Amino acid sequence: MTGLLEISQLAKRFEVGGKRLLYAVDEVTFTIGKGETVGLVGESGCGKSTLVRLINRLLDPTSGSIRLGDTDLAAIRASGFAGNTNRRRVQMVFQDAGDSLNPRFTAFHAIADPLRRLKSLSGVALTARVEALADMTGLPRTLLTRFPHQLSGGQKARVGIARAIAVEPELLILDEPTAALDVSVQVVILQLLQTLKRELGMSYLFVSHDLNVVRLLCDRVLVMYLGKIVEAGPASEVFADAKHPYTRALISAIPQADPDKRVGRLRLGGEPRSPIDPDPKVCRFYGRCPTGEPRCAEQMPALRDVGPDRQVACHFA
Amino acid sequence: MSAIPALAVDNLSVEFRTRSGIVKVLEHVSFSVGKGETIALVGESGSGKSVTAFAVMGILDAAGKVTSGTAMFGGSDLLKQSERDLAELRGRELSMIFQNPRTALNPIRRVGQQIADVLVRHGGATRADAPKLAIEMLKKVRIPDPERRAEAYPFEMSGGMCQRIMIAIALACRPALLIADEPTTGLDVTTQAVIMDLIGELGRDSGMATIFITHDLALAAEYCDRIVVMHAGHIVESAPSQTLFADPRHPYTAKLLAATPGETASLAELVSIPGNLPDLRREDLPACRYSGRCERLVGRCAEPLPHQTIGDRHGIACWNPL
Ligand SMILES: Nc1ncnc2c1ncn2[C@@H]1O[C@H](COP(=O)(O)OP(=O)(O)OP(=O)(O)O)[C@@H](O)[C@H]1O
Ligand SMILES: Nc1ncnc2c1ncn2[C@@H]1O[C@H](COP(=O)(O)OP(=O)(O)OP(=O)(O)O)[C@@H](O)[C@H]1O
Ligand code: SF4
Ligand SMILES: [Mg+2]
Ligand SMILES: [Mg+2]
Repeated sequence: MTGLLEISQLAKRFEVGGKRLLYAVDEVTFTIGKGETVGLVGESGCGKSTLVRLINRLLDPTSGSIRLGDTDLAAIRASGFAGNTNRRRVQMVFQDAGDSLNPRFTAFHAIADPLRRLKSLSGVALTARVEALADMTGLPRTLLTRFPHQLSGGQKARVGIARAIAVEPELLILDEPTAALDVSVQVVILQLLQTLKRELGMSYLFVSHDLNVVRLLCDRVLVMYLGKIVEAGPASEVFADAKHPYTRALISAIPQADPDKRVGRLRLGGEPRSPIDPDPKVCRFYGRCPTGEPRCAEQMPALRDVGPDRQVACHFA
Repeated sequence: MSAIPALAVDNLSVEFRTRSGIVKVLEHVSFSVGKGETIALVGESGSGKSVTAFAVMGILDAAGKVTSGTAMFGGSDLLKQSERDLAELRGRELSMIFQNPRTALNPIRRVGQQIADVLVRHGGATRADAPKLAIEMLKKVRIPDPERRAEAYPFEMSGGMCQRIMIAIALACRPALLIADEPTTGLDVTTQAVIMDLIGELGRDSGMATIFITHDLALAAEYCDRIVVMHAGHIVESAPSQTLFADPRHPYTAKLLAATPGETASLAELVSIPGNLPDLRREDLPACRYSGRCERLVGRCAEPLPHQTIGDRHGIACWNPL
């Protein structure tokens, strides 16, 4: 698979008073192939949204590179990205479709907006394209005149997706796109995403806390813990045979309706380490890790290959 | 679980006045939560879960009106309390975690202070003790480095961290009744487990009753004692969690379960629920509000709904259950 997005040593550190730095994303490296769906999972606060905002150029990285095809996006300042020709190549669907839609824009206006700005469409051509997008995302055309508050959660999610794919991005980033949706609407949206991917050949970076959804939708999965990628591999393999102790704990915590499936659960004890000025020698998971040993406090495990297309950052994997 | 309910809602109906007519959002809703018990309220978007919570808390939108029912809490009817008494109860006895955490936090106040404020106002803590207690709460909801992160503003926190700050605020005063409206949607499953355990602990230790609103049926089954299923403002089924999963009887419940990604092998196996919620503004709403979407429709479904119970705790409102 040819690489579409190549992230190398990407870091974002926030200043949090005094000379202290919060390591939100810490020298992360990965690639996304053309037409590939990559899931990004990890603990709340581990840096997923920050990573996404770096790639989408809403935030400037502290260091590292973001190559999309042959362009280094990291070299373009976030403030100047809106007018950049590369803008349309990366689009984003936000967690709360409701909050991210302009309340004064009708559905039509919301979908038309990027087409006007980034593709200079107008008149009949614009209307035709908006209607085609509504059809593609299963949004009844009669709803195009409605404002966000007149639409249901699922309908707003469709508007958000229609708007994001309007300019035919090469990479679509979705940050918890179905978290606010009920299971029935979620099914429709997930199946829609799968169809769109087949038809348009886009790549997805899909951030989610729903591991069952990631397993079903994604080709590959990246697992983050406190700013670092700790495991990466094909979704089916990672879910069937997780190598990193954090990934194992995560999978083992998936809620189970059947009590028999809850036996042998791995519950993490200990205190999570601070993201502020972390010790560069200590594994970020040390202290909560069930397999941690003194060595883990002396040498940070690097992300290394442990089989075809599988990587883990743990001394003992 | 004790025999005396902490909250008993009986025959609650709520209407909203809108420009295009009266919307009958809740009709004859009845359920109860025991001391120390956790019940889940599930159902599609728009089924009336949040409105039920708002009615009980006395914070319905001005356009909304309770047209029937009682909500007995500690010997008095919440629906008949004065605004002043209710305001007194909220925060101390009744606590709610709202669906939209980031907007519910004060953007220009440090998160530790926001928790401390609640502890002082409702929890009997002194100004001097409150900051330490607030850090204690941050620790309980798993914010790493709580001493330093107490100094952060909401915008410096991740989505899930804001959600946990809201949870810390809601739990700070050990309420007798907690209503949690999708409190863990932004949390990974290990952190979610910690939060659910924390809620469970407060249930056991201080008898807190919890109404847990969620879209995640497996989560409800794992952590809640009972599940109450709502559809278009009606309660259609209610049962102990295990029973509901093993033996769903209402056709709608079965459809909800079929849409849930669990052990499923592919996306294609999941089935969304056909049709939509009926338009609740209609004058001629059918007796069964699911009938327009139901595959098991029979002639009797047009008659007023029966409320049958199987055993002593499994209730179904359906003429032709599975
Ligand atoms: N503007 C900021 N200033 C300081 N710290 C920040 C800022 N934005 C994010 N952070 C911190 O960076 C870390 C990563 O946050 P991020 O929002 O990327 O997490 P996340 O993985 O998306 O979490 P969640 O799953 O809860 O959404 C957190 O510790 C957060 O507090
Ligand atoms: N202020 C209002 N005016 C008119 N209708 C309203 C108002 N507030 C809520 N409703 C309607 O009441 C119904 C129930 O809404 P509610 O917010 O309780 O749904 P919910 O079950 O919480 O859904 P979700 O899962 O999306 O949060 C919906 O049809 C909604 O449109
Ligand atoms: S390196 Fe050590 S502490 Fe880190 S995950 Fe592996 S075993 Fe655990
Ligand atoms: Mg996030
Ligand atoms: Mg709601």
